[in-house]
Amino acid sequence: MMARHYELSARKVAEKLGMELVDVEDFACCGFPIMSVDRETAVLMAARNLSVAEDLGLDICTICNGCASTLTEASKELMHDDRLREKVNKKLEKIGRTYKGNVRVKHFTRVLYEDVGPEKIKSQVKNSLEGLKVASHYGCHYLKPSDIYDKFEDPEFPRTLDALISVLGAETVEYEDKTECCGGVILDVDDKIALAMTQRKLEHVKAVGADAIGLICPLCGSMYDRNQRVVERRFNVTYNIPVLYYTQILGLALGINPKGLGLDLNRVKTSDLLNKLSA
Amino acid sequence: MVTTKLDPKFKDEVAKVPGGQNMMRCFQCGTCNVGCPVREIEEKYNPRKIIRMAVLGMRERVLSSDFIWLCSECYTCQERCPQDVRIHDVMNALKNLAVKEGYIHSSFAKRMEVLWTHGTLYPLSRFDNTKREELGLPQISSGNKEVQEVFRLTGLNKLLDAEGGK
Repeated sequence: MMARHYELSARKVAEKLGMELVDVEDFACCGFPIMSVDRETAVLMAARNLSVAEDLGLDICTICNGCASTLTEASKELMHDDRLREKVNKKLEKIGRTYKGNVRVKHFTRVLYEDVGPEKIKSQVKNSLEGLKVASHYGCHYLKPSDIYDKFEDPEFPRTLDALISVLGAETVEYEDKTECCGGVILDVDDKIALAMTQRKLEHVKAVGADAIGLICPLCGSMYDRNQRVVERRFNVTYNIPVLYYTQILGLALGINPKGLGLDLNRVKTSDLLNKLSA
Repeated sequence: MVTTKLDPKFKDEVAKVPGGQNMMRCFQCGTCNVGCPVREIEEKYNPRKIIRMAVLGMRERVLSSDFIWLCSECYTCQERCPQDVRIHDVMNALKNLAVKEGYIHSSFAKRMEVLWTHGTLYPLSRFDNTKREELGLPQISSGNKEVQEVFRLTGLNKLLDAEGGK
């Protein structure tokens, strides 16, 4: 997904918070796009990635909700289902790989919440984001299917992203249908339906007067930010709602400069929001 | 309905596909429809009805339909289903079966072609890597070798005719 600003800001905040990220060149597609076509191939694709990480003695951290759910689901299935693991390994052996079942997968946001923790983040805040009203959008696959995520979140009333935003001094605002899907997965199947789904959320966020949407998935990001103008034209409305990745919001609070967080790469301009913060 | 051919074995066929095991648990309460964000916009997407049709054995109607491809994969139905039908997973199993029958939706055929060729759905150009370099991000290679390797392991390449009938 074209989300250099997300990747850039995630790397910057990780460094600032003392997290060490290792780039693994051998990783390939997580398998998510293949699931609808052939689940067996998708799981094998995921297992291949898991085996690459296992060989290096690493766990996997992803900044995409889709990658997080696909890799987590595969890792759980392969951990608990010996017959599936055997079947998968028979295939993996043909490409010189094997997976024993020891890799844990976590979304970057979950690492921030569970392993770094809101309190430590709070203690690192240089510029409080007081006065900023953020509408959080979790994205479906950060929460669901919930049975793969060890009850880490409540899929109906999620809280971790809001907690991570609040500790930065910003205000999180509630809005209608907060957990509703962005529609991104079916954009190529039926753009009329997908963009109408995107429009509904923008409408609900506008209704509560949020300064920005804060999110954690590049597909949701592309729907609300990259496609915001498309939605505006199609529905003959104006939203002009900045859409920031949580890592960008966090980076601002940690005192990293906006350009270093790729804020100039956001499609909906963020200058008003930055002026409001520095005022 | 009278003229529609019914295949009584279709439910067993679905149950054998990973994810399709719990379809027969559905008692048609409609909780899935109520929470579905796609149905909120477009009434022709009706997960409760799709499952009913599949249970009844309307094999061709279900597998050849466009609407099984409209699931946005939000999992709301799966979370709320009182019978643990695992509706997302059933819908996925139906799509997998449709692919095997040659009914792959054109947008997914295109996605697989891009994935096979470029290793990602969002192909990187040399320009992207230049941009990455400017931002201090590491270079990325295509990764299509890995995707092709895995497609060949399950035979998905042949099913999709990815190598032009080779």
